[in-house]
Amino acid sequence: MKKDIIISGVGGQGILTISAVLDTAALENGFNVKQSEVHGMSQRGGAVQSHVRISDQPVYSDLIPKGKADIILSVEPMELLRYLPYLHPEGYLVTDINPFKNIANYPDENALKAQIEQFPHHRIVDARTLAKRAGNFRAANIVMIGAIADLLPFEDELLKKVIADLFQRKGDRIVQMNLDAYELGKSVILVS
Amino acid sequence: MQKILLGNEAIAQGAIDAGLSGAYGYPGTPSTEIIEYITVQPETKSGKIKAHWSTNEKVAMEEALGMSYAGKRAIVTMKHVGLNVAADAFINMAISGINGGLVVVVADDPSQHSSQNEQDSRFYGKFAMLPILEPSNQQEAYDMMSYAFELSEKTKLPVLFRSVTRLSHSRANVKLKDKQEQNPLNLVEDTKRFALIPSFAKIQYRGLIEKQKELEKIAESSPWNVYEEGTDPSLGIIASGIAINYLLENFPEGVPYDVLKVSHYPLPKEQVRKMFDRVDKILVLEDGYPFIEEMISDYLGREQKVTGRLSGTIPRTGELNPNIVAHALGLENKIDEEIPEIVAGRPPQLCPGCGHIDLYEELNDIIPEIGDNRVFSDIGCYSLGVLEPYDSIDTLIDMGASIPMAKGAADAGLLPAIAVIGDSTFTHSGMTGLLSAVWDNSPITVIISDNSAVAMTGAQPSAAMGRLYDIAKGLGVPEEHIKIIIPLKKYHDKNVEIIKKELDYQGVSLIIAQRPCVTMSNDKKELARQFNTFEPSY
Repeated sequence: MKKDIIISGVGGQGILTISAVLDTAALENGFNVKQSEVHGMSQRGGAVQSHVRISDQPVYSDLIPKGKADIILSVEPMELLRYLPYLHPEGYLVTDINPFKNIANYPDENALKAQIEQFPHHRIVDARTLAKRAGNFRAANIVMIGAIADLLPFEDELLKKVIADLFQRKGDRIVQMNLDAYELGKSVILVS
Repeated sequence: MQKILLGNEAIAQGAIDAGLSGAYGYPGTPSTEIIEYITVQPETKSGKIKAHWSTNEKVAMEEALGMSYAGKRAIVTMKHVGLNVAADAFINMAISGINGGLVVVVADDPSQHSSQNEQDSRFYGKFAMLPILEPSNQQEAYDMMSYAFELSEKTKLPVLFRSVTRLSHSRANVKLKDKQEQNPLNLVEDTKRFALIPSFAKIQYRGLIEKQKELEKIAESSPWNVYEEGTDPSLGIIASGIAINYLLENFPEGVPYDVLKVSHYPLPKEQVRKMFDRVDKILVLEDGYPFIEEMISDYLGREQKVTGRLSGTIPRTGELNPNIVAHALGLENKIDEEIPEIVAGRPPQLCPGCGHIDLYEELNDIIPEIGDNRVFSDIGCYSLGVLEPYDSIDTLIDMGASIPMAKGAADAGLLPAIAVIGDSTFTHSGMTGLLSAVWDNSPITVIISDNSAVAMTGAQPSAAMGRLYDIAKGLGVPEEHIKIIIPLKKYHDKNVEIIKKELDYQGVSLIIAQRPCVTMSNDKKELARQFNTFEPSY
């Protein structure tokens, strides 16, 4: 078993939380994990990505080789396409469709969508709306974990436990909201 | 027990479990999380371990040396360019030697993700004639720390512990060991070796030279340098630090060539010789400068047996990755997709509501009147002011350079000349430059963009908080030319007036543009406001 996942977005969008959930689930499952992330200047509103590598064999490189990612999971549509060179021909593109526009020359949203739809394995998620339905748009990153749940080497129960543990110190209400966000994310799997 | 640790956290936990007593450093990407991690541990909160953000890297290193002098184990952490600041202490404590184990942790930044250059700290280690350790993964980073302390105490020398961005900022499972006790207080008996007047220093220096043989011998049999023989003699590979991972990634079933993994320097000469004798060509894989390659290459290029970054087999700049290594080895390296043209660049930018933005908008109102290309700046979030849409500042060289550069330009006749520097950068390396300008009564205006934090690296506490006015006054800036402004839209016009007026003053004037970093919690902002008691100059 080996899963190479690129998680992408803009600094401050919560991609490290997604990474932390996957790391912890991997550790609890007894897998090896390496997860490279971006700190420093780029975190200030710049493009950021995290390479999550999970395997039952030793993981060597901290970086996923280009052309080898099983999943590119993005919390922003343009940032999804930035990491296309990493995609394995059979890999999945999964993204929140809501753009994060902090640059003047942000491309046309329909053109972005059309580009993503050219790929056979893609899932386009309105994570913001689903997160709002769960209780807070900030849970969009947890929605996105739900949207790839079937592609991960983890039991559903384990992912739920890890998400619950992660938010435990913020109280039961926040835990439930994030679990709801995760469930709503899973709903897109059926239609894709 | 297993934990998922960031490379920097593995380094920190390794030090703690090896009986660490003191950790000193100055924040800098990619090194920051080492001290941050130690700071929040129970042993630190209870006072058993001292963890401190020092005012700069040189100070941090000297504090660590003091801890070592007293017999205890200490680390000092910094990014690669921080070692330039600390170099005086670093080179000379190699001459004096240490007492308690002292490990200098430096995180290099190949590819310059957050830095002015990609200088390779291994050259400093060689320059200082010290042992260098270069872990290749998070587990080694953890395990090597206790080895580093033992090596330091055994050789009585500081040890350079080199990390790189991809190790420092990548997480992995790490198996933890039992904690060791801290060293007791144990004063040095031969204090003469710490008093480097020439007569003592000559003895120490000769001693360091004589020690080199021993250091070579230790590295030759070090558990961190591993030679594995292959079956195909057409090539041999020397891979240092994390480079070994990119090699193994490309050969999941095993490498057919001889491989020498180097993680402990001086370079193990016998093992390198063995490779020279056994293979036709050698490929050197190293993240950073071609340090090993240059050492073992034929200078005149007649034999051309050694390849790497110098030979052009590997790109001369930038960090390694699995694809670059695959390409160098002639392996299949198929990449189907490119970044589509529709994808626009997304550079980092100042946070919405940041005080630096208001300051730059004020400066941009003044620049057309005074002329372009005369705002000397420095290192921090405010460095982003070189980019559009601000384009307000013109230079960024090294920590603290803004003030002396403004002075030098003013000396040359560029008037007015403005320096823009952050609060923590000012207390790091700006104060001596300011004193020099005051001493010479230079006609410059210094603006300290004070957000009461070391913001770029994650809003660590700033030693400058609440002290800037008194420091400026104490260094001799006339009090009538020390102004405090609040960079907010509602004060825009007033601030422009104040800055213009100080630009006219033909001596050193200093303006503190003061507003806490917007990324800080409300508690931290409130604390900053309590410290910053001086009234604005309205």
